[in-house]
Amino acid sequence: MNLQRKNRMRVLSLGAVAFSGVLALTACGSDDTGAGAGTGGKASASAPAKGSIKCDGAKGQILSDGSSAQKNAIDAWVKNFSQACGVQINYKAGGSGAGVTAFTQGQIPWAGSDSPLKPEEVEASKKVCNGGQGIDLPMVGGPIAIGYNVAGVDNLVLDAPTLAKIFDGKITNWNDPAIKALNKDAKLPDLKIQAFHRSDDSGTTDNFTKYLIATTPKNWNYSGGKTWQAKGGQSAAQSSGVAQQVKQTNGAIGYFELSYVGDGVKAVSIDTGAAQPVAPSTDSATKAIADATVAGTGSDLALKLNYNTKADGAYPITLVTYEITCDKGNKADTLPAVKAFLTYMASEDGQKILGGIDYAPMPADIISKVRSTIQTIS
Amino acid sequence: MSTAAVTDRRPSTLRGARLPKWSPWAIAAGSVLVAVAIGLAAGLTSRIQWGLIAAILFVVGTYVIAGRVEGRRQAKDRIATSLVWVAFLIALVPLISLIWTTLARGVHDFNLYFLTHSMGFVADSDTGGGIYHAIIGSLEQVGLATVIGAPVGVLTAIYLVEYGRGRLARAVTFFVDVMTGIPSIVAGLFILSLMLMADMQPFGFAGSLALAILMMPVVVRSTEEMLKLVPNELREASLALGVPKWRTILKVVVPTSIGGIVTGVMLAVARIAGETAPILLLVWGNAFINNNPFSGAQQALPLYIYQQYANSSGSPAAYDRAWAASLTLIAFVMILNLAARGIARWKAPKTGR
Amino acid sequence: MDISTQTTEAPPPTPPPSATERKRDARGATRAGDRVFLGLSRGSGILLLVIMAAIAVFLTYRASLAISADHGNFLTTFEWNTNLNPPVFGIAVLAFGTVVSSIIAMALAVPVAVAIALFLTHYAPRRLSGPISYVIDLLAAVPSIVYGLWGALILVPHMTGLYSWLNEYLGWTGIFSWDGGAPRAMLTVGLLLAIMILPIITNVSREVFRQVPRMHEEAALALGATRWEVVRISVLPFGRSGVISASMLGLGRALGETMAVATVLSPTFDIQASLLNPGGGTFAQNIASKFGEATEQGRDALIASGLVLFVITLLVNGAARAIIARRKEYSGANA
Repeated sequence: MNLQRKNRMRVLSLGAVAFSGVLALTACGSDDTGAGAGTGGKASASAPAKGSIKCDGAKGQILSDGSSAQKNAIDAWVKNFSQACGVQINYKAGGSGAGVTAFTQGQIPWAGSDSPLKPEEVEASKKVCNGGQGIDLPMVGGPIAIGYNVAGVDNLVLDAPTLAKIFDGKITNWNDPAIKALNKDAKLPDLKIQAFHRSDDSGTTDNFTKYLIATTPKNWNYSGGKTWQAKGGQSAAQSSGVAQQVKQTNGAIGYFELSYVGDGVKAVSIDTGAAQPVAPSTDSATKAIADATVAGTGSDLALKLNYNTKADGAYPITLVTYEITCDKGNKADTLPAVKAFLTYMASEDGQKILGGIDYAPMPADIISKVRSTIQTIS
Repeated sequence: MSTAAVTDRRPSTLRGARLPKWSPWAIAAGSVLVAVAIGLAAGLTSRIQWGLIAAILFVVGTYVIAGRVEGRRQAKDRIATSLVWVAFLIALVPLISLIWTTLARGVHDFNLYFLTHSMGFVADSDTGGGIYHAIIGSLEQVGLATVIGAPVGVLTAIYLVEYGRGRLARAVTFFVDVMTGIPSIVAGLFILSLMLMADMQPFGFAGSLALAILMMPVVVRSTEEMLKLVPNELREASLALGVPKWRTILKVVVPTSIGGIVTGVMLAVARIAGETAPILLLVWGNAFINNNPFSGAQQALPLYIYQQYANSSGSPAAYDRAWAASLTLIAFVMILNLAARGIARWKAPKTGR
Repeated sequence: MDISTQTTEAPPPTPPPSATERKRDARGATRAGDRVFLGLSRGSGILLLVIMAAIAVFLTYRASLAISADHGNFLTTFEWNTNLNPPVFGIAVLAFGTVVSSIIAMALAVPVAVAIALFLTHYAPRRLSGPISYVIDLLAAVPSIVYGLWGALILVPHMTGLYSWLNEYLGWTGIFSWDGGAPRAMLTVGLLLAIMILPIITNVSREVFRQVPRMHEEAALALGATRWEVVRISVLPFGRSGVISASMLGLGRALGETMAVATVLSPTFDIQASLLNPGGGTFAQNIASKFGEATEQGRDALIASGLVLFVITLLVNGAARAIIARRKEYSGANA
């Protein structure tokens, strides 16, 4: 009996030690990663002085979710903004759909999405926006690069019909006459084409297929959307997954954001009908976005991109990420922080960061509309 | 002289001819040599192929040689032995590779700074940052889940084994089986729907609830198996002495099987500590430290690993962090395991075996 | 056996005689402790049932919403597009992939796991079996996300050799033909799942084999059995139900495994005869990879597929229970 009591005591003390250990642990960590961190990243290279960020009483913690395409841009902005204003902004790149759903359910004050709100989503947002509705603010642009990995082939040029046939499994070999016709000088190998697409639903897929549908509907006989519809081919999750597979597989081709190009993955130049084939870059994407028209009404700034643009140096396969928030009726406790953060994103400093991390800044006239709209948010 | 001859001969007539003790090693060495020779001659580049050829040669060689010398029954015994050894060695390859890779790649980032700092303002593709916030989140979420799940699981198992009869017990047994098959993401969806109905923000304890649901059936099953192995004689002896049933269970049945029960609970803890999907839905993930599991988004180690793998544009810095976090997670599980073994050995009744 | 008022098997093969039942109740009523303890443990069981019922009701409700909105055939459509209006989705590919990957995993893992368990309990030198048992314990506890990370970054690049070898020698079967894509197909998934569930099955089987009554083994030895015959005659029959239940535990994990499959599979909504060409997906993987971008409608559709997974596990478990019940006469610690 005595022995048992001693054992029980020992169990108790063991539990107490474990519990107090956890308690002690909670006191010794640190969020302060400022000084030593971020030395190698591209983002920190173009960090502006803290003085240019207006905090306007922003405070607390902001949750957000949405497009993974703009994740790196948000990371860079959050870093500067949080350090200047002390606001914790927690952006989970769970995908545009997740972001919009969380926004319309009132879980988060703003979301990022690669496609503007659909009418039914605007309807749903009215429940959350007290007296207002959800609006789209185009904030981050980016070219969707067609990356390929074929040993010995540089400067590959393709046009929309050929791209459509490759991704639809109609062209299956790199030495196909259609590819040869566009690349007279290249030594194209007798190699099977491994076309990679996204296995998850994605705004990148949506925008890429929108381009194919707009430019070559005969060769891309699908209705489009975030889900990849063509049969066959291989797939991977997220842009980073597709890029990784293309990097590892000789004969592979895939589509992803510009930042994944490099390190063995080369980008296809697109023959748009302009004088020269256009390579994806932040400049060429901004030029194409400048060809867009505002399709939204009121304070909604949803864009209608012109995929058939033949302007010199305009890269037609682009993706615009919208920040989605309420025009009126935002929650009082998060409004100052969200407004200040959006203001910073749209500011000259904010947009300037984008070019350095492979995103396209918004063209001047669009971003000025965005700025004036942000001022009216309440 | 003659007696010596008799003792010499007698075992051999009784047991039949035996291969010498060193023969398995000799056959193993021989088959490895032949495999290397074949590999070199045929120009096979993959070392895995060499290993497979050696394994096949070893099994076949053992059978043929033993069959010649010792007869069919002994040959069968030998082949079973060698198959068991070969299976063991083959299975070791991926498992050792897993541990080795995690160790080798994990140590790159694994240091005090990594353990005591959060991701803070570090972008996923930058170097730096740490997992402190994820460790705290994991400990709190898994701890709370265990506090809920383990007692319910053990008590249910006791009910099933000691009291269980009739329709209720049959239903519980059946649904525990079904519950084992719940994908973690479905448990997460279930809690998420409750949260949406109550208009709640993501927080750590929501994750704990989903983890507890996942934990319960595992604990019930393992505890059930262990309780069933307690000899009935022990129960009968205790009851015959007039000890009430509940004290019999608490003082005789549970202590006898406590080692197995604790091991089962630890396995369940290990399973839920590695769950990513419910955390993704319910706890949200957070780059900053949040010590309060009942309010605000938290991070957890598995989600951290997944995010570093999936969201990071495949940057080497993020992969390094993912491996280091994996190492931490495995170390955490290992410590749990060690503790469980310690408790099991210390509490185990002294049996004759 | 018959003098005890409790059986050690659940559920009991036959209902107990009512006389003993009454006796137990009468004795229980006199002891408050008994009643409290019984209440507590029965309450826990009931709590489990309530949780299950809540999940089932919720799943069925959401699934019924999705299936009624589905414009394709939920069982046979080879597509998963919930963004269309009306949505078109079907589980044929997912069911195929889930079953195939689990079959591969079980076929590879169970024999090896049983062999390792035997090795640890009956073949390995004592000094070796202790540490190895510990390592296996540890591996059973390694989280699936770590297996996923390892699978994607280490295993997949190493599969190319095996794929081309299989294609070269067994390609004519159709099952092992390969068109040279990245080796991220069903075979890789099955192999990774096998590696993942191997420690679990080994672990439980080992515990069961260790419980084999020494008497049985010694009796066999005394009859002059070789070690293999001892294993065949006394160990395996005793451990059979334990091995089956261990396998079911492993199968449960294989069927529902999410992250590890999501990291190594190249999912397409297509069924391929070959295990080496990308084709198919699994229920859990599909839920995880589609959940992020899913709308309300999409989530319901995914929940519907989760319900099917649920039903599959139910069937599998039912079959396992039937096997165990049939084998019962050979097993049992008190036999």
